[in-house]
Amino acid sequence: MDVDILYFAWVRERIGLDREQVDPPIEVKDIAGLITWLATRSSGHAAALAEPARLRAAIDQRFATFDASITGAHEVALFPPVTGG
Amino acid sequence: MIEVRLQAEMFEGGVELARLQALGGGALASFTGVVRGDGDLRELFLEHHAVMTLAMMRGLADEAAARWKLIGVTLIHRYGALSPGDPIVFVATAAKHRAAALEACASLIDRLKTEAPFWKRETFHDGHVQWVEPRSGDDAAAARWLRDES
Repeated sequence: MDVDILYFAWVRERIGLDREQVDPPIEVKDIAGLITWLATRSSGHAAALAEPARLRAAIDQRFATFDASITGAHEVALFPPVTGG
Repeated sequence: MIEVRLQAEMFEGGVELARLQALGGGALASFTGVVRGDGDLRELFLEHHAVMTLAMMRGLADEAAARWKLIGVTLIHRYGALSPGDPIVFVATAAKHRAAALEACASLIDRLKTEAPFWKRETFHDGHVQWVEPRSGDDAAAARWLRDES
């Protein structure tokens, strides 16, 4: 099922995209798995996603932990920790 | 009255305060954040997640309005390219009495600083560019308000 992936800040810069639509394979079940799978898409993805500990995620506009299921998600956002208003 | 806005444009604090004052409470409090002009900063660029950031700001405003029984609350945050000296964020609260207005205002800016999905990129006069890292002091300031809730 297609999912919109949104990238922000240096994650966006390294990947060179602010969003893309992907169709992850069935074995990709959670955010951690999604990050691992996305990292194989290009050298930019690999560079941006190499250190998951430096990343945060949101599923359908809500902050989510890496073990959160992406089943049924419409949008997943990946970004560095927020630096606030 | 709850007013929450994300905008690239400048805001007028005086105009916003006048709208809150017209609601008839006895207390108005406000905070204006300004891009710091120290160091060699040339530009502060703010990135946000349009839908998520606005929803989170709205949630913070609703929560504060209920907790402190506010008559009105205004939250405005700018995004895009800003220069040192530019106003970047505005928080204003209207209540019957001063304690509620002041506490709600302080809580809102502390939580906005840590919870709202904004990312800041600094560009310096020598061309150096860096993304701002989160500050632990900001987290402590915001946590204070969450503790007070219990």
